[in-house]
Amino acid sequence: MSRISQCFSQLKTQGKKALIPYITAGDPNLETSLGLMHALVVNGADVIELGFPFSDPSADGPVIQRAVERSLAMHTRLIDVLDLVKKFRTSNNITPIVLMGYLNPVECMGYQIFADACLSAGVDGVLLVDMPPEEAGDLHAILRGAGLDTIFLVAPTTNAQRAETICKLSSGYVYYVSLKGVTGAGHLDVESVVSNLTLLRQHTTLPLGVGFGISDSETAARIATVADAVVVGSALINKIEQLKNNVNYSAAELVAHTALIRTMRVAMDASNKCN
Amino acid sequence: MSNIDNRFANYNYPDVGGHFGPYGGIFVGETLIPALEALTRQYEVMKQDPAFWAEIDHDLTHYVGRPSPLYHAQRMTQKLGGAQILLKREDLNHTGAHKVNNTIGQALLARAMGKTRIIAETGAGQHGVATATVAARLGLECHVFMGTEDIKRQSANVFRMKMLGANVVGVSSGSCTLKDALNEALRDWATNVDNTYYIIGTVAGPHPYPMLVRDFQSVIGREVKQQSMAQFGRLPDSLVACVGGGSNAIGLFYPFIADTQVRMIGVEAGGLGIATGKHAAPLTAGQPGVLHGNRTYLMKDADGQIIETHSVSAGLDYPGVGPEHSWLKDIQRAEYTSVTDAEALDAFRFLTRCEGIIPALESSHAIAYAMQVAPTLPSTHIMVLNLSGRGDKDLQTIAEIDNIQL
Repeated sequence: MSRISQCFSQLKTQGKKALIPYITAGDPNLETSLGLMHALVVNGADVIELGFPFSDPSADGPVIQRAVERSLAMHTRLIDVLDLVKKFRTSNNITPIVLMGYLNPVECMGYQIFADACLSAGVDGVLLVDMPPEEAGDLHAILRGAGLDTIFLVAPTTNAQRAETICKLSSGYVYYVSLKGVTGAGHLDVESVVSNLTLLRQHTTLPLGVGFGISDSETAARIATVADAVVVGSALINKIEQLKNNVNYSAAELVAHTALIRTMRVAMDASNKCN
Repeated sequence: MSNIDNRFANYNYPDVGGHFGPYGGIFVGETLIPALEALTRQYEVMKQDPAFWAEIDHDLTHYVGRPSPLYHAQRMTQKLGGAQILLKREDLNHTGAHKVNNTIGQALLARAMGKTRIIAETGAGQHGVATATVAARLGLECHVFMGTEDIKRQSANVFRMKMLGANVVGVSSGSCTLKDALNEALRDWATNVDNTYYIIGTVAGPHPYPMLVRDFQSVIGREVKQQSMAQFGRLPDSLVACVGGGSNAIGLFYPFIADTQVRMIGVEAGGLGIATGKHAAPLTAGQPGVLHGNRTYLMKDADGQIIETHSVSAGLDYPGVGPEHSWLKDIQRAEYTSVTDAEALDAFRFLTRCEGIIPALESSHAIAYAMQVAPTLPSTHIMVLNLSGRGDKDLQTIAEIDNIQL
């Protein structure tokens, strides 16, 4: 069983939902990213989505665009991000890591080299925003062949037939995009998420994660009552944006800086107890 | 030779997934995929409808002013002392460039799909103006995304778009040019996908855009075929067009693909010179990768990041190229080369003084190539240059380069 599946089944027995923060690796620099990953776990993260930068993040809103620009200004490369995971694994062998980004850097590295590198670094899953199932062919087979989970997006615009295809190709979890728009948008409609998740469950028994536009603990808690996982990116990066790239932060400082995740954790756990 | 002829006689791209060999395809976030599928379905239906093409023909004739002339540039021919030079006068179209051929067609698709809001990206501003124009004519809300760097160097077109009622949205992310405007347009489309139609201006982007835009621009090549037969009793020997995204070039080339005796040459922006790295010539010096929804030749670094491009011409300042050009390069049906900023500027001045035609800086790249090659060809050689746009929009750039206060 993959680390991701193990994580979800464990949470299920505890009656809890997964909290999945997203950060961009290399923002503000790789050392701080490593500290942030550990801090997120301390604050209650179950899975970490680790973004690798791409110069043209056309599905992301301004907050993640800026994070990517800061990371690229530090010349963060995909191999550096894989190395970051390797370092994280020296002291944490439990928390699943999902690499998230755009296809071109992966294509540039080579699919097989990328899959092998993910495996040896301790990556658990891969989510490529601009690679829909139709184009996933070789890469999907190679990633799955290496034992990595392949996570795909389902959007509010996705029809039932596509949703079924996407679910079949997915493993680990399915990522439901909660709104029409880019990451960090401000018009999340919880009611539509609820009805679309119900439809999606007809196609899969995989856990359903929900992300895009979840910015506070109240929304996280409400989503957690219907989803299996809550993904938080832009709201967290808003906090990380204040960190400087020339300062060495202590573990305690980074835990304090990502307290948003702690408050979301508490709110999610409380709302699930009520149900 | 006959094998090759057969191969091109059966040329039929893209496939159902939008692929031109290994290029093209659909590489966007899931939110947009159903919208792209709906657009493909809409086009496949309307494509079969003669009334659709009749309406486009009517608009192209009475609104755009087609057919555009195929002008025998005799003085230029004489000065260069070789091939006969013919200029396909897309600069004479309404709005001053070939871009309107495409926006006329896509606006009809938008209307048929019941969309009330139009968005577009633009580099030099020609596609933005052509989009704002058709939006005004159909009474549709229009938003044009434009890099802040391009807004600076193409202020005349920015003003034209505003006059036409469009909202020009400055994009200040990344390199602040066309590629960033495209990113922002994709973001807007994902957000407003229900009521919005995205008119892409070039033969790039996700399927079906490379096919759509090609089909609408192919009127250029079809006319050239007829005009060449009428004037010379035969097809031209070579076709020359500038290539940024490549819409004017594909429009000229596409109807000639099976006519293998006709050479097709695409001219990219060599900027300060290919060796300097400061250029916008992915077919000349790039490698395949994925950007803006399709796989194609790109300017990228060893880690797959898109490199900032340079060209004196905003319309060519783009790190990618339409996927069909990548395929035509690989199957060796078209050839691609580049000329520098300096060569394009010389060509701009040459054509202006020699023929009394002020070309766009983009089109000046095709002219520069002809100036190099025409003298080496016999006078029986017929060379068609696509004069894709007029240069009024570039006067400020030229004045700055020449240190002239307007």
